[in-house]
Amino acid sequence: MFAAEEVSWLFRNVWLIPALPALSFVLILFFGKRLPFKGAEIGIASVVVAFSLAVLTTFAWIGNIQSAESHSEEAIFLEGPDGEQTPIVLTAEEAGEARGAPIITEVEWFSIGPDANKVILGTEGNSDAGHDEDGHSDDEDEDGHSDDEDAGHDDDEEEGAGFGGDDNVVDVAFAEDGGTVAEAHGDRFSISIGTLVDGQSVMMLFVVTFISLLVHVYSTDYVKGDRRFTHYFAFLSLFTSAMLFMVLSTSTMQLIVGWELVGVCSFALIGHWWEEKANSDAALKAFLTNRVGDIGLLIGMSILYFAAGRTFSIPRINELAVNGTIPKGTLTIAAVCLMAAVMSKSGQFILHTWLPDAMAGPTPVSALIHAATMVVAGVYMIGRLYPVFFIGFGIAGSSINLMAFIGGLTTVGGGALAFVQKDIKKVLAYSTVSQLGYMVLALGMGAYTAGMFHLFTHAFFKACLFLGAGSVSHACHHSFDMKADMGGLRKYMPKTFWTFMIGSGALAGIPPLAGFWSKDEILVGAGVWPNTGGNGTYYLPFVFGMITAAMTAAYMARTIWLTFFGEYRGHDEPHESGARITTPLIILAGMAVVVGFLNMPSGFVKFFGAPEGLAHRFEDWVEPAGVSTFVTSDNGFTHAKPSLSLAIVATLLALTAGGAVVAYYRALYAKDSKATEYTDGVMSRIPGLRAGHKFLEEKYYLDHLYTGAIAGGTKGPLARATDWFNQNVLDGIVNGVGKLSVGLGNFIYNIIDQKAIDGVVNGSGNSASGAGQFLRGMQTGQVRQYATLMFGATAVVAAIFIFAV
Amino acid sequence: MMALLAQQTEAVIETAWIPNAFFFVIAAVMVLAALKMVSTKNVVHAALYLLIVLSGVAAVYIFLGAEFAAATQILVYLGAIMVLLLFGVMLTRAKLGAETDLDHDQRWIGALVGASLLAVMSYSLWDAFGGDKLPADPTPQDAPTGVKNTQLVADEIFSTYLVSFEVLSVLLLAALIGAVVVARRD
Amino acid sequence: MFLNQFLLLAAVLFCIGVYGVLVRKNGVLVLMSIELILNAVNINLVAFSAFNQNIDGQVFALFIIAVAAAEVGVGLAIVLLIYRNRRSIDVAEANLLKG
Repeated sequence: MFAAEEVSWLFRNVWLIPALPALSFVLILFFGKRLPFKGAEIGIASVVVAFSLAVLTTFAWIGNIQSAESHSEEAIFLEGPDGEQTPIVLTAEEAGEARGAPIITEVEWFSIGPDANKVILGTEGNSDAGHDEDGHSDDEDEDGHSDDEDAGHDDDEEEGAGFGGDDNVVDVAFAEDGGTVAEAHGDRFSISIGTLVDGQSVMMLFVVTFISLLVHVYSTDYVKGDRRFTHYFAFLSLFTSAMLFMVLSTSTMQLIVGWELVGVCSFALIGHWWEEKANSDAALKAFLTNRVGDIGLLIGMSILYFAAGRTFSIPRINELAVNGTIPKGTLTIAAVCLMAAVMSKSGQFILHTWLPDAMAGPTPVSALIHAATMVVAGVYMIGRLYPVFFIGFGIAGSSINLMAFIGGLTTVGGGALAFVQKDIKKVLAYSTVSQLGYMVLALGMGAYTAGMFHLFTHAFFKACLFLGAGSVSHACHHSFDMKADMGGLRKYMPKTFWTFMIGSGALAGIPPLAGFWSKDEILVGAGVWPNTGGNGTYYLPFVFGMITAAMTAAYMARTIWLTFFGEYRGHDEPHESGARITTPLIILAGMAVVVGFLNMPSGFVKFFGAPEGLAHRFEDWVEPAGVSTFVTSDNGFTHAKPSLSLAIVATLLALTAGGAVVAYYRALYAKDSKATEYTDGVMSRIPGLRAGHKFLEEKYYLDHLYTGAIAGGTKGPLARATDWFNQNVLDGIVNGVGKLSVGLGNFIYNIIDQKAIDGVVNGSGNSASGAGQFLRGMQTGQVRQYATLMFGATAVVAAIFIFAV
Repeated sequence: MMALLAQQTEAVIETAWIPNAFFFVIAAVMVLAALKMVSTKNVVHAALYLLIVLSGVAAVYIFLGAEFAAATQILVYLGAIMVLLLFGVMLTRAKLGAETDLDHDQRWIGALVGASLLAVMSYSLWDAFGGDKLPADPTPQDAPTGVKNTQLVADEIFSTYLVSFEVLSVLLLAALIGAVVVARRD
Repeated sequence: MFLNQFLLLAAVLFCIGVYGVLVRKNGVLVLMSIELILNAVNINLVAFSAFNQNIDGQVFALFIIAVAAAEVGVGLAIVLLIYRNRRSIDVAEANLLKG
C-alpha cells in the first residue's frame, strides 16, 4: 500500500512524531498567550499532524509485516509444530526477521571519555565498519582542532588534543559480536539517541497520538476560561512529546530520560490547580513515590549496562539476554530492580498510592496521563526489555513469580478498593490500578501479546470512561461525588450515559466489546484452564484474574447505578455537555467496540465463517520479531490456545456479579429513589442490604489488611511478625492496661503516684531544668559567636597538631 | 601572559625578578584592599575594595599560568557576583554614605582569632614549603607540547570530572530555584 | 617564584576574610568576607596545581567559583528575606537560635 521509499522514509523519520509536539510546547510557551485561542490551536495542530504521521506509520508497518508474511509463510509452517504444549510457536530466526525486524535509526547523542574524538554516528546498515584504527581515519574534513598548533604531531597526541568535531561513522553497538563490546568501547561512554520502530512502538504511537488528540479537543471545552489555560496546553504538548520520545527509545538511557520527562509533566499537570493544598500535595506525592521506583530503574538499567558489556542499546541487551551472555542471576537482579520502577510508574501494589491521589488534576489529564498512556509506561518498559524479565524471572514453565504475583495482587486489591469510593474518578483510578495489574499479571505469566493487547484496548475504554466522568462532573457543577451530587443523569445526558455504558461494558469484559477479548486472552495465558497450553501453570494468578473479572463488572455496575440511575440528588438542573466533549466520547466508545476484533482467536473467526486472515491480527503486527532469537531459545515463549469454555465462564461470572449489584440497587431505588447504600433507614429495614453494608465495611477493612498483611508479606516475615505483634500483643496490652488503670486508678493514685512517682518525676524534672538553664546561657543565638568559637577552636587544634604532635 | 613569559625565560628563572616584583606589588595592593574592605564604614566602598581583591586574584592566577581560571574569575566574580552583591546592597537599602554601626563592639576577639589563625598557618606553611620553587612551566609534563592551559582544563573537566560537572549544574539549578523561592514576595 | 609567596598571600587573605565574617554586622558585608575566604582557598588550589604540574587543582578552583556563585545567590536571597521580615540586615539581630 506504500511504495518502498515512502515506507522507508516514514520509518527513518519517525522522530518527527515526538518532535512536533515538542516544537508546539516551545511555541505555546513563547507565543501562546497572544494567540486568539491562547495556544490551544498550536497544540491541536501539532497533535493532528503527529497523529496523521502515526497513522501512516501504522499502516506502513502493517503493510511491511504483511508483505513479509506472504514471503515467509512456508517457513512459519515448516518450523511451526513443536509438540502439543506449544501450539503456535513464533518460529525460527529467519521467519522472525522476515516478519519485520525493528527498524532502528540512531545518532550519537554524546560520548565521553579519553577516546572521545571518535564520534559514532551509526545506523544499523554499515555493520562491517571496524572500530579501531581502520575505522578511524584522519579525514581531511576534520577541522575542529587540526589547524596550526598540532600540525606535525603523531597519532597518540591527538588523543589528548581534545574534542574536535569530527564525525567518523563507526557502528559499535551492532557490529561487534558477543563479549567484545566492552573492549571495543574501552573507557568510552557513548549514548545514542534514535528511534526504534517495531510493532510495540508503532502501537503506542497510535494510541498516544490518538488519545492525545481527543484529549486536546476535549480540553478546549473542559478547561475553558481557566487561568492557566495556555500553561495547560503547553504541558499537554510536552507530555505528548515526552511520551512519544520514550516510546521510540532505542537505548535504555533515552528510555530513562523520557520516563522522567513524563513524570515531570504528570507532576505539573496533577498540580495544575496548585492553589489548593490537596492538589499540590497530590502532585508531590506522585512525584516522590515515583522517585522511589526510579531508584530501582536506575540501578536496574546500570546493571544491564555493565552486564551487556557497556551498551545502552535495548535490542543489544535483549539479544545478549537471550543468547545467555548475561547470566540468569544478573538478569534476575536487574528484573527485580526494574520491577520497582514498574510498581511506581504503573501503580502496582505497594507503590500504587499516588495514582488515586493523582486524580486531583484536571479530568482530561487523568484520562490521558493517568489512565491511557503514562501509567502504562511501566508495562511498556517490561515489554521493551521482555527477554530480561522473561529469563530473569524464569517465566516459562513456572507457576508463580514476582511479576505475576505483584500484578495479581494489584488487580484484586485495586478492584476491591474501587467498591468503597464515592468519588467517581477515584473509582476509575482504582479500576486503572486494577487493570494495570492485569497487564503486569499477563506479562508475568508470559502472555506478552495478551498484556500488550490489554494495554491497547484499555487505553481506549478507560480514556472513554474518564472523559465521561469529566463530562458528568461538568454537568454536576464540578463535583465528582457520586453519592451527594449525582444520580439519574441518564435522562439528562444521554450521550454521556451511552458512551459510559459502552466503556464500562468493555472494562467489565462483556462480549463483544474490546475488554472481553483482551481479558479473555490474559486468562487463557495462565495455562490453567484445560487445553490452553501457555507458558506455565499459573494457578494463583489465574484465580486473581477470575476474581477481578467478577469484581470489575460489579463495581462498574455500582458506579453506573449511582451516577446514572435513580433520581438526581444534586442541586440545579444538570445538562448534557457540548459537542467538543461528547464527540471524543463517541469516538472513544466506538473504538472501545471495535478494537477488540483486532485480535480474535482463529476458532472464533472460523465459527462465524469470516476470512481466516482476520484472526489474531494484533498478535502478528505487534509481537516482537527483533527478539526472534529469544523465541527460539530453550525456554522460548509460547502462545496459549484460546478456549471457548473459559470465555463463557468468565463472561458469566462478570454478568452474575454485575447483575447482583444491579439487583441490589434496583431494590434500593424501589424503596427510595434518592437513596444510596449508606442511608440508615433503608439499611435497618432490609436484611439483604445489611449484609451488603457489612460487605462494604469489610472492604473498607481491606485498606488496613493490605497495608498490614500484604505489605508485610512482601517485606518479609519480620515485618509480618512485627505487624502481628502490633495488632495482637500490643493492642492487647494497651487495652488491658487501659481496663486495669480504670479499675485501680484511685488506689494507685493515692498510694504510689502522690508519693513515690511524684518525687522521682519532680526530682528529675528539676535537675533537667537546672542543667538546661545552665546550657541555655551558652546558646546566645549569635551566629557570629558560634563562628568565633569555631575558628578559634580551629586555630587552637591546628596549633596543637603542629607543635605538640 | 605571564605564563608565556615564563615559558620563554625557561633557563633564566633566577633572574626573572620582574614578574616577581609585579607579584609583590599586586599582593600588597590586595592585602591593603582586603583590610580596607573589612574596616571601611561604607558598604559600597567595601564592595569596591572587594572588586580590587578579586581582580588581584585573577592576576595571581595568571602568574600561576592558569589563564582559564583567571578569565573565569573575571567573568564570574567581577561580572556576576559583584553585581549580585551590589544588588544586595541596593535592595537592602544600605545608606550610600558612611555608617557608624557596621561592626560588632568586640572587634578585638575577631582580630585575635584571625591573627592566631594566621600565625598558625604561616608557621606551618613556612615549615612545610620553606624554599620550594614553582616549576618554570606549570603545564603538566605529560601534556603534549603546544597544548594550551584552557584545552587541558577542558579535557579534564569533560572526561575525568564529567560527573562532578553535571552534578554541579544540578546544584546551580537547585540554587537558582532555591534563591527564587526564598526571595520571592508572596 | 616561590610557592610560599602565593600560599602566604592566600593565608593572609583568608584570615582577613575570617576577621570580616566575625566582626561585620551587615549581612551583605559578611557575604563579601566569605567570598574573600573562598578566593583565598582558590589561590591555594591553583598554586598547588602549578607546583605539582597537575591540572586538577584548576578544575577544582573552577568548581569552587561555580559553587560560590550559587552560594552568593542563595545567601543574598536569605539576606533579602531577613531584611523583608525585620527591616534590618544586622546579623546580630537574627538570634532566633537563642536558647
